[in-house]
Amino acid sequence: MPTYQLKINRKTYTVEAELDTPLLWILRDHLKLVGTKFGCGIGQCGACTVHINGTATRSCLLEVPFAVNVEITTIEGLSKDGDHPVQQAWKTMDVPQCGYCQAGQIMTASAFLQRNPNPTDEEIRNAMHGNICRCAAYNNIEEAVKLASKQ
Amino acid sequence: MKSSNKKVFSRRAFLKSSALASGGMLIGFNLFQACKTDAEVPVDISKIHFNDFNAFIKISDEGIVTIFSPNPEIGQGVKTSMPMIIAEELDVDWENVYVEQAPLDTKNYTRQVAGGSQSIRSSWEPLRQTGATAKQMLINAAAKEWQISPEECTARLGVISNRTGDTLGYGDVVKLAATLEIPENVSLKDPKDFNIIGKGKGNVDVDKIVVGEPLYGMDYSEDGMLYASVLRPPAFGQKLESYDASEAKRLPGVVDVITIGEKYRAYKAAGHKSWAAQLSSSDKVVVIANTTWDAFRGLKAIKANWVAESPLESTEDYDAKLLALLGGNKFNTRRSDGDIKKAFAEADKVVERTYEAPYLPHNCLEPMNFFAHVTDEKVRLIGPTQTPEEAAKSIAQLLERDLETVEVNMTRIGGGFGRRLYTDFVFEVAEIADTVRKPIKMVSARENDMTTGVYRPAVKYRIAAAIKNGKITGYHLKEACANGSMYGIIADFFPAGAIENYQVDSATYKNSITTGAWRAPYTNFLASAEQSFFDELAQELNIDRIQLHLNLIQNVKGTPDERIQYSPERLEGVIKLVAEKAKWGQTKPGVYQGFSVYYSHNTHVAEIAEIVLEHGNPIVKKVTCAVDCGIVVNPTGALQQAKGGVIDGLGHAMYADLSFKDGVPQSNNFNNYQLIRMAETPKVDVYFVESDLAPTGLGEPTLPPIGAAVSNAIYAATGKRIYKFPLMKHFNEQEKVLS
Repeated sequence: MPTYQLKINRKTYTVEAELDTPLLWILRDHLKLVGTKFGCGIGQCGACTVHINGTATRSCLLEVPFAVNVEITTIEGLSKDGDHPVQQAWKTMDVPQCGYCQAGQIMTASAFLQRNPNPTDEEIRNAMHGNICRCAAYNNIEEAVKLASKQ
Repeated sequence: MKSSNKKVFSRRAFLKSSALASGGMLIGFNLFQACKTDAEVPVDISKIHFNDFNAFIKISDEGIVTIFSPNPEIGQGVKTSMPMIIAEELDVDWENVYVEQAPLDTKNYTRQVAGGSQSIRSSWEPLRQTGATAKQMLINAAAKEWQISPEECTARLGVISNRTGDTLGYGDVVKLAATLEIPENVSLKDPKDFNIIGKGKGNVDVDKIVVGEPLYGMDYSEDGMLYASVLRPPAFGQKLESYDASEAKRLPGVVDVITIGEKYRAYKAAGHKSWAAQLSSSDKVVVIANTTWDAFRGLKAIKANWVAESPLESTEDYDAKLLALLGGNKFNTRRSDGDIKKAFAEADKVVERTYEAPYLPHNCLEPMNFFAHVTDEKVRLIGPTQTPEEAAKSIAQLLERDLETVEVNMTRIGGGFGRRLYTDFVFEVAEIADTVRKPIKMVSARENDMTTGVYRPAVKYRIAAAIKNGKITGYHLKEACANGSMYGIIADFFPAGAIENYQVDSATYKNSITTGAWRAPYTNFLASAEQSFFDELAQELNIDRIQLHLNLIQNVKGTPDERIQYSPERLEGVIKLVAEKAKWGQTKPGVYQGFSVYYSHNTHVAEIAEIVLEHGNPIVKKVTCAVDCGIVVNPTGALQQAKGGVIDGLGHAMYADLSFKDGVPQSNNFNNYQLIRMAETPKVDVYFVESDLAPTGLGEPTLPPIGAAVSNAIYAATGKRIYKFPLMKHFNEQEKVLS
């Protein structure tokens, strides 16, 4: 079985895995970084969103050979103490209901705001459109992204 | 309308305390039953077994309060709101309160179920009594210390004071308090003095959620654990005939391939029944692997042959059968007032419409999963379930074990919506773990989760109204539903009591597609049908839609009929509030409103949806929602529940459709089953009626009205009445913006 060196949250990990293994399962089952969630496995729900060189990426579709030589950031590494402006806004707005999709929502929002620090409402709604919240906490997610953009 | 719980609780019957060996005081209490008279509260926190008490409060020497919350958390916020009620009456600073999910250890649990929006309603009174009794014990201890009468002491925010200005913290007196007798008569706070209830409190797990801590069943793992994934019959009505696992067994990471099903069939043959298990009796093929991905990969390599054991139905088959039932005469009459035959025979005009809704999967974002480890001594089960008690009981029967040796621990739940009331996945993992005898986590891929569900049943309603002299004189509702029918009290909801001649009939058709509770069971579509129908009646009678409701409600005021479930006054209250807040009838050009009102799960809700048309397609821009749920315990959580219920209901009314071909569900993932996403989401404004009545549920009641509110707005905009859900099927498919 091939081995891969992955740079995740500024640490280097060596993993042994079949080459069709999505990064999602490397994170969850090999490295026990389970903050990144499994929702659909086909890139539709966004629960598995991580940053690859700062860009929001679906880890369920990214096979492990494509995850080497890049900087991977997961929800566990987004900030030191959960104090990233997006995380803080999430706490202020008390966004989570069941909370399962929220790591993915936060990773999408934080990459988006990095690229577009002063978004319009319309831009926020389009940027977050790829992330499903089955509890439909969308109003609060939208408000939290707005709040984070003002930080 | 019975709005409050009048049962008298004897403190001695449900509360006991002990001094903890490690310091502090432990109070054990039972929410819904008296504990055994010989039950003792443990003196060591690690010895808590939840056999004799189903919940505990610990007050430490430092005055820190830990509440072991007894109800499963599925996102509806009870892990926050129930401890808030205790903390309110105990009168402590919420900052000093910690909440831990109580693990389940078999027997003596009651209503440890999250479902039906009943958690808060059924436990409001005992939770208050518990908090207030604990506070009185602490006051009694301080009084003893000061050698004065307890009447001379007051307690606030964790501090007891007397008239001379001395103070003692709760922590200072817990040791003594634990040795005192449980007081019988304690007074509860005046709701005016609440300082925790009614103030928004954040979800107690939010800090952990935003940094991705392992909270969910899907996140659970332990050393030596293997992963399992289950191949179930692809069509409802099929069973396994044979399979070839040779290729799967050669794949990397695959440890073994086994079958399960025998134990479940034996369980059924022994006459055991679990209302919470809905399982195909077929053998199923299970891949055991080192990782989830290995198990999924292995599952795809299994070659299985399936044979039909009952008819393999397609949508047109059950649709035709349900319509035939509506036209037939095999009904169970749920309620009958007056003489509908006469009312319809004498009518000037009869309006009759048929409303149809499809099967719906729950699609919890966390796919079904569960952990089990079975050894000779013990059965350990860990994961997301809404019914831990039922799971423990039925797994003990499945594996022929003593109930005492079965332990269920609940994790945070990534969405329930009714799906996790059923324990099919617990049965599966228990049978796998019993065979393999290693720690096992069963995980369903999304495709398996969506296509082997316990669905909201397909249902059709035919409603007829008799109109004479400009009044509705008769109302006859018939229901035809796959694998079930509306339960007891629904026929006593509005318009029961408001129309003299009134009848509700239901009929059931059985097929092999498993069905069960789905957020706001039955009323989730019944409300859409009835509230669309009333829109047509208002038009027929040439009267404002809201005025029609207000007129009908007058007939119910002061009714001696105790079966009537809703309160006409409270219904009137939410209708007037929503009309005022949404500015009913005063829209800008191009904006169209639709109204709907519904009582369910003890809560009254009225909604007005506003839509615009873009390229001929309806876009919902805003929903105004007025809610009467009694006292709002946690406004932050209540707002979330109310808004989420509206948007969830809206999304499903607009898009959701699970059809079948030869028993096979025709959607299997989010690329071919549309859930609402942010860009389609309206702004939802929620207003709560001010009330000092006992709180009622909020997880479900804002969902039922929204379908008709939108459907009625679509009629206002387009002149098109929609009788078959989902609504967007009747419009040009919008370009789907999927990533």
